Amino acid sequence: MDYEVIFTNIHLYIEGLWVTIQLVFLSLVCGFVLALPIALLAICRSPWIQIFPKTYIYFFRGTPLLVQMFLIYHGMGQFEFVRESVIWIVFKEAYWCALIAFALNTAGYTAEILRGTIEQTPFGDFEAARACGMSKSTMYRRIILPGTFRRALPAYGNETIFMLHGSALAGVVTIVDLFGAAKVVNSRHFVPFESFITAGFFYFCLTFIIVSLFKKLEFRWYAHLRPRKV
Amino acid sequence: MFDLHGYFPMILQGMILTIEVALLSLLIAIILGLIGALSKLSKSQIARSSANIYTTLIRGIPDLVLMTIIYYGGQIQLNNIGDYFGWDYIDISPFIAGTLTIGFIFGAYMTETFRGGILAVSKGEIEAAHAFGMNRWKVFVRITMPLMVRHSLPGFGNNWMVLSKSTALVSVIGLHDMVYNAGVAGGATRQPFTFYLVVAMLFLVITGVSDFGLRWANRRFSVGVRRA
Repeated sequence: MDYEVIFTNIHLYIEGLWVTIQLVFLSLVCGFVLALPIALLAICRSPWIQIFPKTYIYFFRGTPLLVQMFLIYHGMGQFEFVRESVIWIVFKEAYWCALIAFALNTAGYTAEILRGTIEQTPFGDFEAARACGMSKSTMYRRIILPGTFRRALPAYGNETIFMLHGSALAGVVTIVDLFGAAKVVNSRHFVPFESFITAGFFYFCLTFIIVSLFKKLEFRWYAHLRPRKV
Repeated sequence: MFDLHGYFPMILQGMILTIEVALLSLLIAIILGLIGALSKLSKSQIARSSANIYTTLIRGIPDLVLMTIIYYGGQIQLNNIGDYFGWDYIDISPFIAGTLTIGFIFGAYMTETFRGGILAVSKGEIEAAHAFGMNRWKVFVRITMPLMVRHSLPGFGNNWMVLSKSTALVSVIGLHDMVYNAGVAGGATRQPFTFYLVVAMLFLVITGVSDFGLRWANRRFSVGVRRA
């Protein structure tokens, strides 16, 4: 075991850690923004509208993230019109490709979570909101969606952790995230066990930080379910 | 766009390998999951805490990182041990490393699923089995296990879906599965998008077929359940 190499290269891991956090955070935010309209479309009664979000969710949940990322990173260059247009600036960078793939992927999963929880909303909530004379948009903004977010929180916590774990794939397409940093250290010094286990350790810590953050959030958001102090 | 230049058989070969990896690692995951669930529920403190360490560790580290640790690192560690005992050089093939890792990872998820399933078996049925004079092994095989299957089938199905998609990762450690082959074909024909799209479709076929099978199994194992 040779951990000295790890300590001399610790700055690589720290930089990688920062890239990982960035990637996960940005893709979660973009994914959530995308997921909300998809989920709202998916609960539409009309089968003609439903087909689009349902296909989106089916595709992104049914195929591996690695394949989705390769489709964007390797695949986009196949098309002449992409290569010659302005958007090629985006698609030629591994970072943006990975970010787009992650965001689209987590949007699929998040949309499914939100769809499920919106459908679980007790009918009384709808009725009460309507009885108060709220318009549809007010009702969703004030009543349905806040309740939905609260109920979706545990599942969304899991999704966040999946996204963190999935983000390791960024290292495959030359990005120096945590996994990428481990790959660099390994290729420079040939210490496969030590380098990857260090990355694993960082991921492990990140996972636990996320878990405890969500526990805190749950504690706050489920305050009404806590036994009352006498 | 879907001119595959005769590469389709290669992709299908990769698909067979993908399915092989998936099924073999599922087998490992089921065995590890059963052992894990039983040790989590056992009275022995050592068994419980080691199962807890197993599930927390696995679920805290990305599968890709675990796979590289086992494939690259495991090889070196194994040979270090081998040197000590004077064994020959041991070469872990990517197939074995990939299958073992995926099985090992999903064993942790299966542990949780099976534990939930066993806990959901009502006490009365187990007591009744004991009252019939069955020993603990018979109670498990005849009563707890079949009932556990019913309760853990939905979670099992989810795990299988995630597992079958995780097999795509074995292409990273150089196994010639369908993602890897699609990369080769896409590079040769300069049509990576086409080939990755084909692979995506084949994954949808796998998940679609398994969804069908799981629904069938769910009906089969819930025959005795009354539904409103």
